[in-house]
Amino acid sequence: MENAAERQEGMADDLWTKCPACKGITFRKEVERNLNVCLKCDYHFRLTVEQRLAVTIDRGTWRERFAELAGTDPLEFIDSKPYPERLAQARRATGRNDAVVVGTGKIEGQRAAVGIMDFSFMGGSMGIVVGEKLARLFDYAAEQRLGVIVFSSSGGARMQEGALALMQMAKVALAIGRLRDARLPYISVLCDPTAGGVAASFSMLGDLNIAEPGALVGFAGRRVIEQTTNERLPDSFQRAEFLLEHGMLDMIVARDRMRFTLATLLRMLTSNSRKAAPGRGQARKAHRS
Amino acid sequence: MMPEHDFGAHMEFPQPDIEAQLEALDDRMTHARSAREKSALRAERRRLERKWAASLSAIERVRMARNPARPQTLDYIAALFKGFIEIHGDRRFADDGAIVAGLGYFNRRPVAIVGHQRGRSTRERLERNFGKPRPEGYRKAARVYELAERFALPLVTFVDTQGADPGVGAEERGQAEAIARNLELMGRLTVPVISCVIGEGGSGGALALGVANIIVMQEYASYSVITPEGCAAILWRADGPEKVAVAAAALKLSAPDLMAAGIIDQIVAEPPGGAHRDPAAAAKNLGAAIKTHLARLSKLGPAELRWHRERKFAAIGAAFIERRSIASRADIE
Ligand SMILES: [Zn+2]
Repeated sequence: MENAAERQEGMADDLWTKCPACKGITFRKEVERNLNVCLKCDYHFRLTVEQRLAVTIDRGTWRERFAELAGTDPLEFIDSKPYPERLAQARRATGRNDAVVVGTGKIEGQRAAVGIMDFSFMGGSMGIVVGEKLARLFDYAAEQRLGVIVFSSSGGARMQEGALALMQMAKVALAIGRLRDARLPYISVLCDPTAGGVAASFSMLGDLNIAEPGALVGFAGRRVIEQTTNERLPDSFQRAEFLLEHGMLDMIVARDRMRFTLATLLRMLTSNSRKAAPGRGQARKAHRS
Repeated sequence: MMPEHDFGAHMEFPQPDIEAQLEALDDRMTHARSAREKSALRAERRRLERKWAASLSAIERVRMARNPARPQTLDYIAALFKGFIEIHGDRRFADDGAIVAGLGYFNRRPVAIVGHQRGRSTRERLERNFGKPRPEGYRKAARVYELAERFALPLVTFVDTQGADPGVGAEERGQAEAIARNLELMGRLTVPVISCVIGEGGSGGALALGVANIIVMQEYASYSVITPEGCAAILWRADGPEKVAVAAAALKLSAPDLMAAGIIDQIVAEPPGGAHRDPAAAAKNLGAAIKTHLARLSKLGPAELRWHRERKFAAIGAAFIERRSIASRADIE
């Protein structure tokens, strides 16, 4: 959230963009042409869902699904304002019902089921609707025999939906289990930031886990760890490079190589899918024995 | 500072006047002369107990759940299982005392058991990291889940943690991955899985033991996406007791709340004043619940057991979704 504010500040001028990493000032158009990566230091700016789609999916192939699913207010939750007001505000600002967009599209000609989290919608937090849409995406992919790619960007579970939000971690993990039994690949792309209950469910469950350079990824919040352990943590803590070093990621992929990498991996992992994959019923039977 | 280690909050009867009234009743009961007088006094006592239970606020319930005197996993294992054999270690890094795992007999039937253990004495609490597991704890649990699957043993888990350990080492060794893996693993088991929430069910660190066919919750246990302290710090930017109490109420974390939300399957009654006042009675109630559910689940075949669990979790929250057409910008290219 604080980084989002920083980014806003950086975007204050329409023509110019200030990089939060190197503080360099560049023509906004030039940064956008460079996939929103700083030309001076390679800092990867956070992308909106629309920007992510534009740099990932082949033109004219995207088809959104389950967009109409919308949340209500199960707990009648009120903090500084009522939850329905927060939802309405986020909906107005994003033009979306909730914090994830799911659908199908092609990546360099490879058809895939794709989910993209929207960090600008209540910090990308996962409540019932995010859980439901992702679970449906995985099940739809299993049915249609598609690989799945999810771009995570989230502060974690949505507190305003309480334990119902917590249970979505399991709901999505179980759907991933079904996709795995169908022998279809799931590639998780961890974008800045991925934390808490989202990190501790589908984001870390990819057959392959990929992160964007510099992405913050972790379970516990940095401040909580600092308060608990009474030590200052280096800026490198919980960054993608830290995770790669500790064996939690398969690779860090820069934005200009992401499309190509995803398409290649999908192609490799699904090349024998007809031969190797038993049907859903067979997968169940196999599991029993 | 966030009172992450707020275990010292003993709170048996929050309203001393009620406690005094109960004691007076008990005193009169011992001196009661007729059976009729006795039963009238007993009824009066039950009425008072109910009044007390109904008057508990959310934060008082959380304190009840955290009370170190409350029976913990090892107490229930001792009371409900015979011949318990504890197993240790994740075969990767270490043995985590915050999670107890092993095999034992439940009514002559061998079962696998996994639970959080918070500890009671200062020394035990330190040894057990206050019941906050590290990745190695979750990986030890995963080993037992796999054992249960391979040898067709029902799995019983006890949930009792404020949450997974927030530490540097835990992050380095993949806390998020360890929890995530357990969610998927528990989900795909083809044996009966019963989860008992016996204290505080805190976020993903609790759920990694909670993906069950049946979730039962003790009357004064709590289950939440985040601690009230954590929630107050983030949403109210406050750590005072007042805001923590407000956050606890907002989170709807009590057993009746979870029952109403369609998450848990049964509330297990506790003795008056809480499980710690009569641990044997608390264990008896919990054992009866496990027995009933295990008998029911045992009628299902392996594939059905997994399907049953998948349906349960797929349905959680579905009642709170509506269809709302929206001109999504993602459609515009
Ligand atoms: Zn820069």
